[in-house]
Formats: sequence, C-alpha cells, structure tokens
Amino acid sequence: MEDTIVAISTNNLGIGAINIIRMSGANSLDILTEVFSNKKIKQAKSHTINYGYIVENNQKIDEVLVTIMKAPKTYTKEDIVEINCHGGYAVTNKILELLVCHGARLANPGEFTKRAFLNGRINLLEAESIEDLLTSQTENQSSLAMNHLTGKTTKLITNLREKLVGLLANIEVNIDYPEYQDELQITKENITPILTEIEQELNHIIAEAQNGTLIKNGIKIAIIGKPNVGKSSLLNALLEQEKAIVTDISGTTRDTIEATLVHQGIILNLIDTAGIRKTEDIVEKIGVEKSKKTMKEADITILVLNNNDQITIEEQELLKIIEQKNSIIFINKNDLPSKLEPIITKVPIIYGSALNKISIEKLKDQIIANFGLENINTKNMACLTNTRQITLAKEALKNIKNVIKDNNQDVPIDMLTIELKSAWENLGKIIGEYYEDELIDNIFQRFCLGK
Amino acid sequence: MDYEIIVVGGGHAGIEAAHISAFKGHKTLLVTMNKKNIGDMPCNPSIGGTAKGIIVREIDALGGLMGKIADQSHFQIKMLNNSKGPAVRSLRAQADKVIYPKNMLKTLESTSNLTILEAKVEDLIVENKKVKGIILANNQKITSKIVILTTGTYLKANILIGSENTKGGPHGEDRSNYLSDNLKKYGLEIQRLKTGTPQRIKASSIDFSKMQEEKGDDQLWTFSCDNKATYNPNEQQKCYLLYTNEKTHKIILDNLEKSAMYGGYVTGVGPRYCPSIEDKLVRFKDKKRHQLFLEPESLYYDEWYLQGFSTSMPKDIQEQMVHSLEGLENAVIEKYAYAIEYDAIYPLQIKPSLENKILINLFTAGQINGTSGYEEAAGQGLIAGINASLKLENKEPLILKRNDAYIGVLIDDLVTKGTKEPYRMLTSRAEYRLLLRHDNADLRLREYAQKVGSITNEQYQNYQNKLKNIKKCQEFLINNKLKITPTIKAKFQEQNLTIPLTSMTFLELLKRPEISYAFLKQLIELDFTDEILEEVEIMTKYEGYIKKAYKEVEKMSKLEAKQIPQDIDYQKINNLASEARQKLEQIRPLTIAQATRISGVNPSDISILSIYLKKEYGKNDSK
Repeated sequence: MEDTIVAISTNNLGIGAINIIRMSGANSLDILTEVFSNKKIKQAKSHTINYGYIVENNQKIDEVLVTIMKAPKTYTKEDIVEINCHGGYAVTNKILELLVCHGARLANPGEFTKRAFLNGRINLLEAESIEDLLTSQTENQSSLAMNHLTGKTTKLITNLREKLVGLLANIEVNIDYPEYQDELQITKENITPILTEIEQELNHIIAEAQNGTLIKNGIKIAIIGKPNVGKSSLLNALLEQEKAIVTDISGTTRDTIEATLVHQGIILNLIDTAGIRKTEDIVEKIGVEKSKKTMKEADITILVLNNNDQITIEEQELLKIIEQKNSIIFINKNDLPSKLEPIITKVPIIYGSALNKISIEKLKDQIIANFGLENINTKNMACLTNTRQITLAKEALKNIKNVIKDNNQDVPIDMLTIELKSAWENLGKIIGEYYEDELIDNIFQRFCLGK
Repeated sequence: MDYEIIVVGGGHAGIEAAHISAFKGHKTLLVTMNKKNIGDMPCNPSIGGTAKGIIVREIDALGGLMGKIADQSHFQIKMLNNSKGPAVRSLRAQADKVIYPKNMLKTLESTSNLTILEAKVEDLIVENKKVKGIILANNQKITSKIVILTTGTYLKANILIGSENTKGGPHGEDRSNYLSDNLKKYGLEIQRLKTGTPQRIKASSIDFSKMQEEKGDDQLWTFSCDNKATYNPNEQQKCYLLYTNEKTHKIILDNLEKSAMYGGYVTGVGPRYCPSIEDKLVRFKDKKRHQLFLEPESLYYDEWYLQGFSTSMPKDIQEQMVHSLEGLENAVIEKYAYAIEYDAIYPLQIKPSLENKILINLFTAGQINGTSGYEEAAGQGLIAGINASLKLENKEPLILKRNDAYIGVLIDDLVTKGTKEPYRMLTSRAEYRLLLRHDNADLRLREYAQKVGSITNEQYQNYQNKLKNIKKCQEFLINNKLKITPTIKAKFQEQNLTIPLTSMTFLELLKRPEISYAFLKQLIELDFTDEILEEVEIMTKYEGYIKKAYKEVEKMSKLEAKQIPQDIDYQKINNLASEARQKLEQIRPLTIAQATRISGVNPSDISILSIYLKKEYGKNDSK
C-alpha cells in the first residue's frame, strides 16, 4: 500500500493570508484525527469542508477549515485532506511538522500528480499540464493550462490522429485484402489532398504551440546599447511602472532571468540586468561581442540609442545585427535636441524617454506586437505547451513532409506507410493514449472483410 | 519408451512438426484419426495470401514442407500486391484439394524415423506435471519423451447449421470428446472458439458467363527457394468474382434470427476477419453489395468454393441465398456452409518455444493455440517440432524475433498478448514488415535453420550461392558506369525516363524510383537471374528505409537483451499497477522488450520493473 504524503500546496508561503496543506494516502484521515479538534472527523461526508482547530497537547495551534475528500473521486484517487490554515510561515510549518510526526511523509516535488497519473486519474498530457498549472504565474498562463485539463489539445490531436488512422486503415486494407476491389484504392493522387490537409493542421498546431511556450515561459528580453545611453533607466522604468518584484533567482535557470514584469497578461523577462547596471557606471567599450551573446539568449532585443548623440561605429554594427532578429529600437532622451541621423531599418522604432517615463507603455505594447500576441485570446487557445509535446508534433510534421515528398517521387505505398505510422504514433505519444493493436482494431471497425 | 516424439493430429501443424522431428533424427509417431485427411484443406482451396504467403516462404527457408508441396499441387498462382511495394508482396496459390494431401502423404510416408498411426487420442500420460505419452480411445498407452498436440478444430467440435448442432469435426468426421476436458483436469485453461466455411457449389450448375474472370500470373513463381517452377502459366485454372445484391441482403436480414449466430446457438468466439455474410450485413448496413469469389476445389471433382459467403443459416435459407446470386440461379449446393465450434487453450499458457508452461514436455501448435489458417498452423508446427527436437538434444530453443520472421511475430503475439478470437496473420501486425519480405525469407532464416539442423546441406548451399551472387551482382553494378551515348539516350526517351545528366554507376542508377532492373537489362548485359537482380534492386532502392528499420530493431534489441529472471517474484515489486502485476505474473515475459508488448503493462510499470531488476539483480539484467 502507498504511504501517506503531505506538502504545503500554496507556494507564496508567508505572503498570502491563507495557506493550504494537502495530504494524500490511505492514512490521511487517521493522521488528521490525531491532530484535529473534532475526533469524529473520519465520519464526515466526503467532499465537505469542516471547521475546527489543530490541536497539540490540548493547545490550539490554529483555527482551520479542513476539506475531506475520500477515495476514489479525488485528484490522486486516494483519500485527500486539505487544511486551510490562517497563520503565516511559522504556524503552517508547525502544522506540517505535526502531520509528519503522526506518520505522513513529506511529498517529493510533483508526487501528487505522479500518483494521479499512476492511479489512472489523469493521462500523461494532463499530468504535464497540471504541473504547468501548479507553477503558472499569470492569469493567461493558468487559462492555457486549464485548456489542457478540459481536453482541448487532446481533442485537436485526436482529430488529427483520426484522419491519419482512417488513411492508414484504408491502405492496410488495400494491402491485406488486395482482392477487395470495392474498397477505395489509395493512390498517389487521392492521398495528396489528405496529406496536405494534415500538414497544414500540424503547421498550425506548432505555430500555436510556439506562442503557447512564450505565454508559459514568458518572453526573454535583452536590452543592449552603449554605456550611458539609458539602459539602466529604461530597465527601471519598465519595472517601476508595473511595480514588479525584482527577484534574484539566478541559478534556477540557465538564462539568468533577473527581472520579471507582466504586460497584457504575458510575462516579460528581462535578462542580464546585472550586466546593464554594471556597465552603466564604468566608462568602457560597448562590447559588441557581449551584446551578441546576450541577444542569443533572448527572444527579443531592445537596442537603446541616444537621441542627443551621433551614431558610433559599434552602434552601426549592432543595427545591422538586429535587422536580422526580432528586435525594437528605443530612441531614448527624445526630450533633448536630436543629433541622431535618420535610421533606415525594418525594425520598429519607438521614441521616448526612460527618465521621464515617456512611451514606456508603447514599448511594452510593441514587444507583444512583435510576437503577434496582441490580440491573442489564450482562453480559446488550444496548444501544446511543453518541449516534449512540441518536439513530438514537429517530429510528426517531419514524417508527413517526408511522405509527401516520397509520394511525389512515386515511392510505393508500403514505404509510405512507415512514416505515416510514425506520424500517427508521435501524435499518440503527445496525448499518451496509444496502444499497439489500435490500427488493427480500426481496420476491422472500418472495413468489411473476410471469407 | 515407444517413441521420442508423438505428434497428435495430421493437419498442417502436425505434418510439419512430425516431419521436422523425424528429419532431425528423432523416432517420431504421427497419430491421426484418418490417414486420408493428412494435409487436408477443410476450408479455402488456397495456400498463401497476404502475409500468409510469406509465412510459407519462411517455413520453406526453415526446412518445412508446405511450400514445396504447394509448388507441386496448385493450378493457379499469383503475386499479390505487386504494385504496392516489395514489403507487402505475397504469393497465393489455388491448391488442389486432392493433389496437395496426396503429395503430402507420399512425402511423409517416405520420411525415415516417422511412423503414421490411425487412432483417436483421448488423454495424456501425465506424472508430476510431466507428459510421458498418450492414451488412445481404446485405452492403449503409447509412451514418449515429448508430445506435440496439433488437434486443429477436432477438440469437442460441434458443427452448426442454423439450429442444427452436430457433434463432429470437419466433413462430419469423428471428434475428440475427452482430450480437452483432460487437459483442463491437468490445470490448463480452455476456451471455445468458432470459425466457419462457405458452401460448395456443383460446377456444372454455375453460369460463369455472368461473372468476372480472375487469372493467375504470366510470370512463374515458387514458394520454395529450392524449387524451380515447372508448371505452364497458360494452363492455369481461372477463378471468378461475383457480388451479392439487394435480393440476397433481404433474404438474409429477413431470416437473421434463424442463423446459429444470431439465434444464439453459438457459444464460441469467431474471428473478426472471417465474419459470416450475416455478420457483414449487420455490421456494414450501408454497403450495397459484397464481393464473393468462386474457386475450384480440385481438378478431380467438380465442387467450387464460394468464398465470402460463409454463414450459419439453415439449409433452406442457404438455398434461397445462393440462388439470389447472379450466375447461381440454378446452382446445386453440394455442401452447405457451416460454423464449427471447438476447444482451444489460452495461448498465454505457452512459452515462446511453444512448450506448455504447466505441463512439461507438452508442445502445442496450430488452432489449439487459438490461431486460424493453414499457414499459421504450419509455421507453429514447424517451430514446435524443431524445439521439441532441440529439447531432446539439450539445446536452447529456436525463438524467432519479431524482426526475423512473421512466424516470430505470430508466436510472440500469441504468448504475449494471447487471443480470444482465432488469430490470423496480417502484414499490419508486423512492425518491421519492410524487413520481413517474400524475397528475403531465405536470407533471414537459413542461418538459423543451419544452426538448429533443420535443412539439408544442399539447401544451405543454395542459400550460400544466393548470397554470393547478390554480392557479385552488386559489385558488377558498382564497377560499371552508365555512359550516355545516343543509343542509351534513345532507350531512356522510349520509356519516357529522365536522362541522367552525368555519368553514374549502374547501382546509383538503380536507386532511382523509376528505374527497374528490367530496364537496366536493356542498357547492359546482366548475367544474373531475375531473383538475384530483384533482390539487389530492393536492397538498393529502399536502402534508406531498410536502414531506418534496422535502427528501430536495434532500439528494441537493447530491450530484447534485458532478460527477466524466470524466478522473479512480481509480488515483491512495490508500486506495480495491479493489472500489470497480474499480467506479468501470468505471462512471465522473457525480456523487458516482451514485457513492453503486454497490454495493460504501462510505461510506468516498465520503469518500475526495470528499476527493480537493476536493484535486485544488478549487472545481470543487461547481459
């Protein structure tokens, strides 16, 4: 039998007014009874909220609401207890300790979801999106994660697989029952429109997925420019206006994201903020090489130029580089007289002032617009949001492209089925619902054959 | 000890099992209820077909009889799926139902170490879960070291026509009444299966002019890679294609409850791919017509087999049904269609060697293992015979992998997934079908055959020669370059082919999808047989695909190499889902690869199992 696990479910420990402690496993209710004021709590109806106190040695620790959810209709399919406690960090931790003392084990990261998955409560895709939900930071992000749970992506992929399996089953029938001339014979010509359609849909799914990734992980922004051009003020202006918390979580990601703000519900991550601040004070060269390196990590680059200054050779070089990239030019200090010669570029240009906070909103809008995300309604978006899923979808697209290419070169149908099957299997792996005899079952459901 | 090996049943499985055991030098007894029924074809008059034709090639490569005898006994042969690519090409022959069994009996009678006995087997001699021989209906005991059961549809068989239910096997033959009950007594689980066969129509009562002709190929073919074709392609017998119509459908639907199936008289589970005509109508209501074929059973009697019209309707309805068909208005039905129910064992009770897990020294093959089809039976029979012999010789059994042969796919499916309906081979069951081709059966299997001693030196030499010639041919095509002369240009233009811009080797030219070896022969003199040229063409043209398939195989071989100790206690592995635990315990897969193929065993269970193996058995698991 599985042991009982416990963890603090809310992650803003000590900040919010309420914290939730979640416990799952066969002994959940027994352990609760040990520490709860109502000793008959075990008889409480499932899916009810119960008022009481957490008690230790007859001392009240906290006034709490306890949610009782009995197996199997719970997230993990095990008995679950959730304690809503009022205290801050110290009290929440005290309760957790108490539960562990009475036999619960501290859960490993993601262990609730793992149990939900292992107990057949959720499929692989849902498991992944619950992880996303648990760690999502903004509203858009969580609605994107919700879409998975309602099975929107699953439906999209399932429809596509349905088309593929229809085609495959037909080909297999042609192969295994060649004498059945009444069945549609799949040929080079009649397979082409179906393949093209599948290709287009996959392209669409992948494009959406890439937007989805941006929404989930945020857009990484590099600010570059020569010293004293106003990078630091721009950084502060961007952050101040949103009253964002400047965090220091280096080491948790490879990309040294150091400051985060939210605009139009999308996370904007400013990278290499330390570099910006440091170089601002020191008179030194612009460091084209270093800028290039920073740009490599970023999804978008903002090149800051000084309206009150001439363009240097290094800046000209940077202008050339950003021409090829997703970028914006921010011409700072537009309150001062212009000494800047006109710039000919495809890159969008924003005139403003970091110090006086002019055009900062406009700059943020432009960032979103550069990704075509300005009108995106994530509530209706069904897309793949993690690397594994996107990789599989891309793999499936590659398979389909190969089939199209080979088909045009008159490669016989038995060879085409190899990559067609791979495409279908790759899509199956995304939703984690694919079994070995699926194709054969489909053949006999769809076609009438036999002696 | 009377014999080393006793084979019970003289059908396609029993023949191969008995023959190969005797060939390998073991004193063998083949027991059949009726000598005349050795090699009998109680259902369709054909050998081969998609996937099945390749199984016949594999049987031949491994030293079996089916291909050789079929080559001597058919009156029409053709290559199916020729245009659909090399991976799915397969031979089918219309075999003569008189000649095939006759040739088979002759071959068996001239096999040394083999005795044939007419008798009915009703029980086994079993001591401490060890099989030591058979007990006949007259209580006579015959002892042996190993028994191979290939009982076909004869275990407690019932013939069903409408509400009529007769005890007996095909052709109204006797059945075994007690053997399956006795197997149950020894601890085996028995299931009840069903299959069926259509009407036989008197030739002189058929109006063939209303039907479409189906001819054999002009090109000569053989199943056996040791045989040269000896028949005249112009003297092949025709088959005919016809269709059901609205009238037929009305008769069937109006009388549905009179059929054994829909009337509730059948308890066995029938195969999805051999549905009766009433099944087809019920399941596919929108289809306006269904295809049927008329095939001659033999050149020596005048009955034709009405393929596609299998039914369990009563005789009077069958008369109406047949007479509603165009060209059969005045047809005389010589034999009515019937369904047959019989006992079989759950194949999860057998090992990949085809030996039983519960009863030691008992092997089973064919329909008793839940399969359907002559070829599927013969393939298993051969493997059972080889492995029974190897056991007597204290050698490791021959276990063909899924990338070795359709026979490997067949047995792996049976012992890993089991089956609850008669199992038929389909090319779609083979994930590596590009590797399991008609043309390379000998290349895939002759080394195995040589190792286990199931072929003659001459047969091995044939294979060696083929290998040598393939290599020679490849070298020749690499060493010779295409020079683009006006004559050569004209040849390309004639066929509407793009003329190469630069000079290239003939092997490079053959890589192009539109260039066949037949065209190559017009450009350069090639001193190789078509067989060799075809092989080289496939290897060249599809090299990329074939390499990819081998990569897939390699991935699986790593899991194939991870053996699971047979004494493993699945109860001790925490966190295994209970369904997975139960399945693993029942099937006891030999390798992690086999475990991944068990339905109900999820990837999470596999990782848990792998982690456990690593923990408990350390280095052993990857040897």
